[in-house]
Amino acid sequence: MSLKQNLHNLKEKYKGTKMAPAFNAIHTFLYLPNEVTHGGTHIKAADDLKRTMNIVIMALIPCLLFGMFNAGYQHYAAIDGSLRDNVLANFFTWDNLWIGIIKVLPLVIVSYGVGLIVEFIFAVIKGHEVEEGYLVTGMLVPLIVPIDTPLWMLAVAVVFGVVIGKEVFGGTGMNILNPALTIRAFLFFAYPTWMSGDKVWVYDAVNRTGTADAISGETILGSYAQNQEVIYSNWDKFFGFIPGSVGETSTFLILLGAAFLIFTKIGSWRIIVSTFIGAAVMGLIFNGIVNANIITDSSKFYGLMNTNWWEHLMIGGLAFGAVYMATDPVTGSQTNKGKWIYGFLIGFISIMIRVFNPAYPEGVFLAILLMNVFAPTIDHYVVQGNVKKRLNRAKVKTA
Amino acid sequence: MSKDIRIKKGLDIKLVGVAEKTTTNSSLSSVYAIKPEDFHGITPKLVAKEGAEVKAGDTLFYSKSDERILFPSPVSGKVTEVIRGARRRVMAVKIAADATQVHTDFGVKDAAKMSAEEVKNHLFTSGCWPFIKQRPYDVVANPNQAPKAIFISAYASAPLAADLEYTLAGKEAELQTAITAISKLTEGKVHVSVGANSMFANLSGVEIHKVSGPHPSGNVGTQIAMIDPINKGEVVWVVTPQDLVVIGELLLTGKLNLQRTIALTGSQFEKPQYITAIAGASISDVTASNLDNDNTRIISGNVLSGKQVDIDGFLGYYDNQITAIPEGDDYEFFGWNKPVFDKISASRALTFSWLTPNKKYDLDTNTNGEHRAFVVTGSYENVFPLDIYPMQLLKAFMIKDLDEMEALGGYEVAPEDFALTEFICVSKQPHQKIIREGLDLMRQELG
Repeated sequence: MSLKQNLHNLKEKYKGTKMAPAFNAIHTFLYLPNEVTHGGTHIKAADDLKRTMNIVIMALIPCLLFGMFNAGYQHYAAIDGSLRDNVLANFFTWDNLWIGIIKVLPLVIVSYGVGLIVEFIFAVIKGHEVEEGYLVTGMLVPLIVPIDTPLWMLAVAVVFGVVIGKEVFGGTGMNILNPALTIRAFLFFAYPTWMSGDKVWVYDAVNRTGTADAISGETILGSYAQNQEVIYSNWDKFFGFIPGSVGETSTFLILLGAAFLIFTKIGSWRIIVSTFIGAAVMGLIFNGIVNANIITDSSKFYGLMNTNWWEHLMIGGLAFGAVYMATDPVTGSQTNKGKWIYGFLIGFISIMIRVFNPAYPEGVFLAILLMNVFAPTIDHYVVQGNVKKRLNRAKVKTA
Repeated sequence: MSKDIRIKKGLDIKLVGVAEKTTTNSSLSSVYAIKPEDFHGITPKLVAKEGAEVKAGDTLFYSKSDERILFPSPVSGKVTEVIRGARRRVMAVKIAADATQVHTDFGVKDAAKMSAEEVKNHLFTSGCWPFIKQRPYDVVANPNQAPKAIFISAYASAPLAADLEYTLAGKEAELQTAITAISKLTEGKVHVSVGANSMFANLSGVEIHKVSGPHPSGNVGTQIAMIDPINKGEVVWVVTPQDLVVIGELLLTGKLNLQRTIALTGSQFEKPQYITAIAGASISDVTASNLDNDNTRIISGNVLSGKQVDIDGFLGYYDNQITAIPEGDDYEFFGWNKPVFDKISASRALTFSWLTPNKKYDLDTNTNGEHRAFVVTGSYENVFPLDIYPMQLLKAFMIKDLDEMEALGGYEVAPEDFALTEFICVSKQPHQKIIREGLDLMRQELG
């Protein structure tokens, strides 16, 4: 008997039992189900939620691969600064990839493993299907944490994020906060020393402290926040040969991912574009403040305020957040007009937090979480505009 | 005066099996059935008893809520069976047709000289009232409410839809007569929406609108929204051109003739073509020796909003199309992530129908995925031309919040308006069912 037939028989056998959702999740992973329409439209378009989520994962793969090479590159470059003189020759090497394999892959495996176990448990307890949302969350999480994040910490955070961030609301589609960012926020607030500072962004940086040849593993934002000089060129920043969370350093690859998401019509171009616009506007305002000599270089905000507005767009997690996080359709604004407002405010607030929060000069995840909370309000007012139009129309007609 | 309607939002679904423009005259079916479920929201009170002889046009049942609304027999013959479902609900009244058909004579009328009241009464007694449907709620019109306008869509844009220019050719006199009569039922205008170079454009006493754009441009709901949207407290009536022909013929000849030209479409027909049939005809007779009935979905109506019927079922009362497509009850290995070339998609997620916009697809009934909560946003808006937030309205309908349902445009929609959003829905939500149930609730609670 074929695999298809065997699985079909098992499905019939377990139908209606507690374990059915767990079995279905594996079954539908292998085979598109044999479900047919009944009532409503008799034909359906080709895409389902799995396909949609799969496209986002595909868009993330380049960031993951780059992050794996970058893990090794930053490690070796921290030991031997001369490696930075010829980035291209020293970046795509097996040694670098090996560090990525031993440091980044475990993060991916723990993220998916723990997250999916929680999802399966909830599906079985609550009797709903295992929904696909975690496929993307599971990939996002390892990309937005520092490379040296201990695996147990990640596991605890994933459990928290999936349960409190999503399942208590009813699962995929019902959550208010972006689950991946909930996980990131949990890590940040529960284990702050592991999530910020200059020792966590480059593999093994802690052990190298005090050694003579070690250069700092500070992120660019960290350097600017302390009004220090930054050693990286703008091209380094754009292509991502810099320390930072695993997958968020390469603005170039993120933009490629964005192009792919927009082309496939999976990601909202409105949110992506408006987030960048919002960030640029805030950056311009800060540049203006510096240019008008309102603050001087003695101010603790000077470094980041003086950063060119366009540079703000490619450093830190802004691009990653704009493309992969803000566009989450469940927690973002749902109306097209709302998406413009929502994205703009994310960009705007991101740069504001970035500048005014020197202890942790990264504002994107907080800005997105904040706007997640306000997204329903934005939508409410957009939709009320439509409602009002309808009411006015009625008055005109009866008058 | 004509006002053009151009829409950009929408989606033309091109399928294999367009009806070829040849018409076969089918012989009389042996059995006909009228199903009360075709008249949504009507509770039938039976008049015809099993074993009774009826003429074509005689009443089979009437509406419990308004005894003037009669439902006629499409043929003369003997009532053989009343099929009942749960709680003795009438599912169908079956009539064995006589070899020679006898029609009840309702008398020849001069439409131009009839008063509004006379027209109404004539439609009641002849059993033609059910042809007039109303919005809001998409049900048989309530004769006690005055419509602000009457809308007629003479342009069909649904997938594989019967070409009205072809099926109604030569019926201009009937159409004009019917329009003259029913235009007396409203103080407002009678709006007729037509395609390019339409024979309907010559009708007089109406306002003609030229329609262009992808489906759902031909849906009367879209046209109402573009021409004169429905506000709270207002009612509009909707009649289809083919039903106007029946009304016209009734006025001109005194006979109720429910014969029409219907399209047999879809890939499971050997020769997709047109055929004449009487409302309620048996599907097996109409599709005889043309249909590949092996693992086939037979639909009375179109693939988006038609009803599934068995081979031993019957043609729906309002339908001018039978569609037959393959059932998709099979598993597809890795079907959710491999590139797709043989299905239609509104996205470009490894799906390539955007490369071949003119290709005709042979879609089956597979859902291509499982039912999920709403996740994706912004996609419905691309195929939904009404000035309504489709997802927000659907959610309001799901949680049965009457205030929201009203405010977000519940009065303006019918289930078929949500057929395209249902087609492209990634979460495989049953949009039309949600809308139908919501409208029923609104009708019950708000009247």
